[in-house]
Amino acid sequence: MKIIRLIWSYLRIGIANEMQYRVNFFIQLLQSFIALGTGLIGLWLVFSHTTELGGWSQPELLAVMGIYMLMGGIIQSAIQPNMQRLMNEIQDGSLDFALTKPVDGQILVSIREFRFWQLTDVLVGLIVLVVAIVQLQEQIGIGQALAFVAALILGGIMIYSFWLMLTTTAFWLIRIWELVNLFQGLYAAGRWPVTIYPQWLRLGLTFLVPVAFAVTVPAEALTNRLTPLSLLGALGLALLLMVLARFVWRLGVRSYSGASA
Amino acid sequence: MKRFIDFYLTSMKIAILEQLQYRAQNYFYLVGVIAEPTIYLVVWSTIANQQGGSVGGYTAGGLAAYYIVWTLVRQMNIVFTPYGWEDRIQHGKLSMELMRPMHPIHSDVSYFAGWKIVMILFWFPIAAIMALIFKPSLNPTWVQVVVFFIAIWGAYLVRTMIFAVLGLITLWTTRVSAIFELVFALEMILSGRFVPMTLMPVWVQHIAFYLPFQWTFFFPINALVGHPTPLQLFSGLGMQLLWILIGVVAVRIVWHFGVRRFSSVGN
Repeated sequence: MKIIRLIWSYLRIGIANEMQYRVNFFIQLLQSFIALGTGLIGLWLVFSHTTELGGWSQPELLAVMGIYMLMGGIIQSAIQPNMQRLMNEIQDGSLDFALTKPVDGQILVSIREFRFWQLTDVLVGLIVLVVAIVQLQEQIGIGQALAFVAALILGGIMIYSFWLMLTTTAFWLIRIWELVNLFQGLYAAGRWPVTIYPQWLRLGLTFLVPVAFAVTVPAEALTNRLTPLSLLGALGLALLLMVLARFVWRLGVRSYSGASA
Repeated sequence: MKRFIDFYLTSMKIAILEQLQYRAQNYFYLVGVIAEPTIYLVVWSTIANQQGGSVGGYTAGGLAAYYIVWTLVRQMNIVFTPYGWEDRIQHGKLSMELMRPMHPIHSDVSYFAGWKIVMILFWFPIAAIMALIFKPSLNPTWVQVVVFFIAIWGAYLVRTMIFAVLGLITLWTTRVSAIFELVFALEMILSGRFVPMTLMPVWVQHIAFYLPFQWTFFFPINALVGHPTPLQLFSGLGMQLLWILIGVVAVRIVWHFGVRRFSSVGN
């Protein structure tokens, strides 16, 4: 209960902070549209040379792109800013201030930042997704919709756990500015369904970097490709990654030696 | 002149020593960098295989060569970002640069040149692994190799100048990220970064010819992996030279008028 109140307070602070800079909303929206435009041109180029890509039709790939943007927006607004702050604080020793608070450290470092305007990506992603669903001309049943939402949430949890583990390496490696770059580079693989990648890469993108579960699996839920078994697998992996992230975090905190003022 | 050479050599040496300190970071960085072309390579070789072996004249092996060379060209292409200029200008760090007896762009050019030497060292094993996996077909002539080595440094200077001009826009307005992102998106499409230019519609290729972007990506890569005529090779180098000159003049003009607008207490 206390934690939910805490999340809510940080969310309010984050939103209030962003409300000071309203023009940024339009700038973010413009950037979302630029990203959308680049993505659409990419799709158009691909489909000017072929009619399907690894068994995925054009509207299906559009749906993948919508989910990619949507999930990307969630990452950029709620997950990545927290991880970047954590990274900086480990490096300059000011993490002490978070660790000495009477709440669980991992929860606190995961909820402190929220970039409200980044949600424009979620908005644009949703629009793309709706357009794609209309183009697919298929009835989306209640079961499918539920599976889609469940897959999306599980994917989000996996991405968070993965990001936290990556960031936690800062406790040992100290200077890891490039992690953001690394993560974005790997996440970009999600723009296309992971089934097109060669076996070894597909395994990596499924179990090492859960991009497959964050984007492809929700897309499979929408396009009638998902078996109950893979949804169950997603649940299992999400739990496993959460436990693992927790473990790595505690290990990391133990080797943290603050240097704060 | 000697003063400049000394400065460049020292600055490069500092960059090399700094980079060698954080080896884990370098590999994190390089994995992030090779992720991007690997994705493109998979997408386009899937299409090539679906189309019976080749797309736009590129076989899977040709595409592999294109995107592996891409990773080196991308390393050469890294310059001080416009966001770095934004940070310098908005946070007053430029004051410190202004105190120096030479234009701040010299320290950027030399520092990043040193950084590249380390990156190329780290790049070799990764390129070798990629070559083992994707089996590129690459057999350039020695003229192509020579032109390639000149062209990657030309590309570096062209891109440095474009992005310095872009970054200096921050002297006039603080809301630059949307402009930056737009230019990055244009570059992505029109440089050959996403896909070899020959796979683009002809009218796009025409537009790209008159913009600087393809001379920093497609031209150097194609110089090595494609089958350009000697005329194309040397006129390409000429275009790079032209864009470097245009860039230098543009930086000077923008700097001349912009720097008077800079007001900061510094830090």
